[in-house]
Amino acid sequence: MNISLSKIKTSNPITNIYIGSFLLSLAIFDVFVYSFFDLNITSFLPGNLNLFFPLIIGFVGLSFIRMEYSGIKLVDNINKHINPSNFNALLTLLIIFTVLKAIPPALSWMVLDANISGDTKAACTGTGACWTYIKVWFKRFMYGMYPNELHWRINSAFILVIALGFVGYFFKENLKKYLALYYVVIYPIIAFLIIYYLISGGAFGLVWVETGAWGGLSLTFIVSFFCLIFCFPLGMILALGRRSNLPAVKYVSICYIEFWRGVPLITVLFMSSVMFPMFLPEDFFMDKLVRVIIAITLFEAAYCAEVIRGGLQALPRGQYDAAKSLGMGYWKMHIFVILPQALKLVIPGIANTFLALVKDTPLIFVVGLAEIAGMLALAKTNPKWLGFAMEGYIFAAIIFWIICYAMSKYSYNLEQKYKTER
Amino acid sequence: MDNRGIDFGFGFLKQEASFDMQFTLLDYDGQDSYAWAYVVALLNTLLVSFLGIIFCTILGVIIGVARLSQNFLIRNSAAWYVEFFRNIPLLLQIFFWYYAALRALPLPETAEPWFGVTYMTIKGYYIPSMIWENLNVFLSCLIAAIVSIIFIRIYARKLQEREGKQLPVFYISIGLLIILPLLSFLIGGVKLDFELPVLKQLAQTSFIFEGGIALPPELIALVVALSLYTSTFVAECVRAGIQGISKGQKEAAASVGLNPNQILKLVIMPQALRIIIPPTTNQYLNLTKNSSLAAAIAYPDLVLVFAGTALMQTGKAIEIVGITMLTYLTISLSIAALMNWYNKRIEIKEK
Repeated sequence: MNISLSKIKTSNPITNIYIGSFLLSLAIFDVFVYSFFDLNITSFLPGNLNLFFPLIIGFVGLSFIRMEYSGIKLVDNINKHINPSNFNALLTLLIIFTVLKAIPPALSWMVLDANISGDTKAACTGTGACWTYIKVWFKRFMYGMYPNELHWRINSAFILVIALGFVGYFFKENLKKYLALYYVVIYPIIAFLIIYYLISGGAFGLVWVETGAWGGLSLTFIVSFFCLIFCFPLGMILALGRRSNLPAVKYVSICYIEFWRGVPLITVLFMSSVMFPMFLPEDFFMDKLVRVIIAITLFEAAYCAEVIRGGLQALPRGQYDAAKSLGMGYWKMHIFVILPQALKLVIPGIANTFLALVKDTPLIFVVGLAEIAGMLALAKTNPKWLGFAMEGYIFAAIIFWIICYAMSKYSYNLEQKYKTER
Repeated sequence: MDNRGIDFGFGFLKQEASFDMQFTLLDYDGQDSYAWAYVVALLNTLLVSFLGIIFCTILGVIIGVARLSQNFLIRNSAAWYVEFFRNIPLLLQIFFWYYAALRALPLPETAEPWFGVTYMTIKGYYIPSMIWENLNVFLSCLIAAIVSIIFIRIYARKLQEREGKQLPVFYISIGLLIILPLLSFLIGGVKLDFELPVLKQLAQTSFIFEGGIALPPELIALVVALSLYTSTFVAECVRAGIQGISKGQKEAAASVGLNPNQILKLVIMPQALRIIIPPTTNQYLNLTKNSSLAAAIAYPDLVLVFAGTALMQTGKAIEIVGITMLTYLTISLSIAALMNWYNKRIEIKEK
């Protein structure tokens, strides 16, 4: 660790520390008082000097503190971590001051001056955020235009689908070999049936709700969920196809992958909504939501395929040779030897693809499906609730941030769990 | 297709487009053809991508280096910056900047100047435009400077290889870049004037700025959102690249007597760039593709103008969506091909 010695030298390092910490605390106190209580204790200084006073004082203070070894743990830690050189000291001060400056306005906007009571726009009298708006529109942001009294159907469908997802954990040892079959084939079918019959209804005495009324965050979940479970097997097949020895399979896979990776999702969605219906038979009707899910699945499968191919390529040849020498055929070799190892290698890549998929779902807004970004656009232009775009977008951003952050942390844990030394 | 009464063909490209675009780089009005509208819209897309790439590179490199700082605060701020902007969907970020942040800006009549001559208002960012005289002389001076720098670099490398001498190439380059264009001003008769944006009253309560260049808020929101979002990915690439160089390389370079600058320039950077450039190019491609989100805030890019307005007017869905996709595909594939060539060139030749 390089710690450049301070230029100012006195005989006693303790004196230096006293002077330095006094100057540093003075600087921080000055900024703190100014930003929290609007009190300018250095107002007697001329213009620019007043502005830069804390920075200069803090900088001098830090350079007093900086020394090779002081024997005091706190001081040594400060020197090592935030004060190793002049440049770093300056950046440290800038960051501390920016945070101090930013806290009061952010706090007062989000909490202190904000309103959450009432249920009309008139309730928002403060200068801060109007969380009433979020409160009133909350159900719309979550469920779209789905009838209020039927929300239990969406909730229970989600709970069922999630519960079924965990069933795999409780498989007995002798059933473990069917795990992949369950997740790749059976689970998607059951999930589709649950979501179809519970959310759209039309059978078992449930009222039919057309997909146009679906929306909000629940639609985001539905779209991401289906795209996720369909794009993974498709991507796997494409990745195997790209490494196949049969030229036809190989080049078809390459063309497919390169095509979808080369176009933006928004054009794919346009294609699904305006071009695709032209190729269907006249009397054949396909719901817009289904078309969008197919389009996103085809799109993301190409990205998935590339990630999986990376894993396949990273496996040493010996694995293939060993599997073949045991007399395994192509499919047996891939299912029992190659894919389990390759997929383990590409967990971070797969997680990134899924994250990108979740972050891409708001795009379905451009073809008229009102998931959360669409509901926000609708709420924002409601004449009774004009002028709260900021609150709406911050709310949606927080929700998405939590989902995506949790996903990335989970993938990191998975990666650690399945890490095997080779 | 025939039985649906759809006629396939590209004849419509020559027809009059008869719609307007609120922001164009080239001259365009409603009487021009669809083909010309396509070119103008494509340029708008490329403009957004170009600006986004520049800003996200600058930001990304700074953040990426900051993530490896020995300073605890800087390291963590950079890490939180990445976690924050990476985990919010790009579309929401664009909406946030366009509908929330930029709408909070002042009206033209109350706008305070930034840097004295530019105005950031709710109607866009107004900057002075440059009016050149004898621009071609200036440009040729600039090109001459660049060409001579390239030759000097080649010469310096040969000198180094032959005699071990080193030329201060960096200072010579900077000097040439300043002196030659300066000469064009002094001798070549080049003149540069600035046209400043001036506030003009249209009606009782309506003001606009005239003169200068107006950057519409759609463009600003897009560029800001795209560069913030993509910079997090670039930062990760840069970090991975620098971390990928083993410490031994640095120590070995130091032990053969190179100074810190030389270590960075001759040992670390060439190796780090080999790791950094391919994924970063991928991010640039993503940025270019993501710039199509412009359609959501009505910035006249390729998707909005061509796959949106033109499609509505002509009803030629297959042709227009096809052309739009082909355009993006061409951009992507050509950059990918370039990248493959580059990778082949720089990859470590193993026996």
